[in-house]
Amino acid sequence: MADDAAVTTASESSATSSRPAAGTTRTGRPAAGRPAGGRQTNDKNLRKRLEIAFFVTPALAMLVLFVVWPVITAVQMSVYRWNGRGPMVDFVGLANYVSVLTDDVFVGSLVNNLVIVVASIAIQLPLGLAIALLLNRKMWGQGMLRTIIFVPYVLAEVVAGVIWFQLLQPYYGVLDTLLQAVGLEPPPQGWLGDPDLALWTVLVILTWKYLGLAVILFLAGLQGVPDELYEAAQLDGASWWQVQRRITIPLLGPTIRTWGFLSMIGSLQLFDMVWILTKGGPANATSTMAIFLVNEGTRSNNFGIAGAASVVLFGIALVMAVLYQRLILNRDKGVA
Amino acid sequence: MATTTRPPATTAPEPQPTSRRRGGARRFQGGSPLVYAVAFVVVCATLGPVLYGVLSGFRTNGQLTESPAALPDPWVFTNYTGVITNPSFWQYTLNSVVIAVITTAIVVIFGVMAAYPLARYTFKGREALFMVFVAGLLFPATVAVIPLFILLTQNFGLGNSWWGVALPQAAFALPMTVVILRPFLQALPKELEEAAQLDGTSRIGFFWRILLPLSGPGMVTVGVLAFVGSWNAYLLPLLLLQGDMKTLPLGVADFSSEHSADTAGVFAFTTLAMIPALVFFLAMQKRIVNGLQGAVKG
Repeated sequence: MADDAAVTTASESSATSSRPAAGTTRTGRPAAGRPAGGRQTNDKNLRKRLEIAFFVTPALAMLVLFVVWPVITAVQMSVYRWNGRGPMVDFVGLANYVSVLTDDVFVGSLVNNLVIVVASIAIQLPLGLAIALLLNRKMWGQGMLRTIIFVPYVLAEVVAGVIWFQLLQPYYGVLDTLLQAVGLEPPPQGWLGDPDLALWTVLVILTWKYLGLAVILFLAGLQGVPDELYEAAQLDGASWWQVQRRITIPLLGPTIRTWGFLSMIGSLQLFDMVWILTKGGPANATSTMAIFLVNEGTRSNNFGIAGAASVVLFGIALVMAVLYQRLILNRDKGVA
Repeated sequence: MATTTRPPATTAPEPQPTSRRRGGARRFQGGSPLVYAVAFVVVCATLGPVLYGVLSGFRTNGQLTESPAALPDPWVFTNYTGVITNPSFWQYTLNSVVIAVITTAIVVIFGVMAAYPLARYTFKGREALFMVFVAGLLFPATVAVIPLFILLTQNFGLGNSWWGVALPQAAFALPMTVVILRPFLQALPKELEEAAQLDGTSRIGFFWRILLPLSGPGMVTVGVLAFVGSWNAYLLPLLLLQGDMKTLPLGVADFSSEHSADTAGVFAFTTLAMIPALVFFLAMQKRIVNGLQGAVKG
C-alpha cells in the first residue's frame, strides 16, 4: 500500500486515543524481534490503526456533528443574550444562569423533574419486581402476558398521551363516568386540571407507560439465574419467599441498577408525554426542565436563557450519573 | 455503566435450547390462583386504555357521550374510513416511514462498523473509545434540541426536511446501538477468526464475509429499536417540521387539538397511527429483549 503514509494523518487525528509513539514496537512482544521483524510489526500496527479508524470514524463523526457540537453550542448560547438571528455578540456572562436559577418556573420545573426521578423508581421498582417475580414461573399464557405488558412501552408518547387525555376528560371522560357510577365524586377541575393532582396523575400515566420496560428487563435478568441455585435452595427447604429474597433479588442486582440508571436519565429528559397532556400546566404544576427550555427557545426566542437551562439540565444529569456510578453501579455484587 | 468486557453467557446470537424451561424445581409450582389474579389485573390495567381507544373509534360521539363505558352498538366505521381517506394521514405516514428507514439504515450500518473494532480488536485505548460512546448515553437529546434546531435550519439548511430529522436521530441512537451490539460481536467464537486468518482472510474480509452475516440477530435488534424510536419521536420533528413534512405523531397531536370535540375521530386517528409500530415491535419482541439483556448485564 503506497498511499498509506498519506492517510496516516487522517487516522492520527481521528480521535482514537491509541497513539503508540511512532516507530516503537508494541511492548509485551517477545524480545526476539530482529530489526526486520520490527519493520513488519510497524506496518501491521499502522494497518490495524487504519482499519480501526475506518470502522469507527463514521459513527464518531455523527456523534461529533449532531451531539457534541450542539451541546457545545448550547454552552456558547448560554453566555449571550441572543434571539436566534445573526451572530452572537451581546455577551452577558453568567447573567442567563442567574435568571434561570432565580426563575420560579425553572426551579419549579427542576423540582418536578427530581420528584419524577425519585417517584418513578420508588413506584416502578417494587411494582415491576413483584410482577416479574410472579410471572417468572410456569403458567398458562406466559408468552402472551409478557408481550401484553410491553405494549404501552411501544406506543408513541404522543399516542398514549392523547388516549389518556381523552380518558381523563372531566365529567364526560370514561374514568369520571365510572367513578360517578359507583358514587364517587371526581375532582371538579379534572385530574389534569387540578394543580395539586396533575403531577401525580402524570406519574400514574408514566408508570403505566414505562412499567413494561422494567418488567421485561427484570424477567430477562431472571433467566440468567442458574437452576442449580433453586434446586439447592429447595433441597434446603427454603420457602418461595426466602428464595426470592436471598437468591433471586441479589442476583438481579446488575439488571436493577442498570434499569435505574436508564429510568433516571429518562425522567430528567421528560417532555413528550407532559407536553401532550398538560403543556406543563396548570400553573406550571407539571412543567419539566425540557418543557421550560422548549418554551424559552421557541415561544419567547430567549435562546440565551434556553441555552443556560440546557446546560443546567445537562449538569444535573451528569452529576446524578456520576453519583449513581460511584454509589450504586460500582458496588460489589451484593444485596440490591 | 460497568459494561461487559466478557461476553454475556446468555445472549449468544444463536438461540440455545432452553434447558431451564424444564426442571420443575425451578419454578415453585406455577399458577396458583393468586398469580392468575395478579396477571389478570396487570393485563386489564395495561391493555384497558389501548383497547378502549381502539373500540371507541368504532362508536359515534353520540354513543360516547351517552355511555362512555360501553361497547360499540351499532359498530360504525365512518371514523376509520374518514382517517383512511384523509390525504394528510397518508402524507404523514410516508414522512414517518422515510425518516424511520433513513434513521435505521444509518444506525445499523455505522453502529455495527463502530462496534466491530471495539469488540474484536485489541488496541490501546479501546476501553476509552468505548467510554466515548457510553458517555453519549448521558447526553440527553433535550439538551441539544434547541442548538440542533438552529444548526440544522441555519447552518446545514436541513430545516423541514427528512434528513434534518433522521441524521440527528441516528446520532443520538448510536451510543445505545454500540452498547448493545458489542456483546453480540464479542460472543462470536474466536475460532472463527483464527480459521479465517489461516485461510488468508483479512480482518476486513472477515468483517464482510463472516461477521456481518452472523450478527444478523443483533442488527435486527438495534434496527427495530431505532425504527420504533424514530417512528415515535416527537420533540425534534415538532421543532423542525411544518405543513406537509410532518410525521404521524405531530399529525396525531394536531388532529387531537383541532378536533378535540370529535373524540371518536381522535381515537380512530391514534389507533391507526400506532398500529405499524405495534405490529413491527411485537413481531420482533424476543429479539429486542435479548438485545436489551445483553446490554444490561452489568
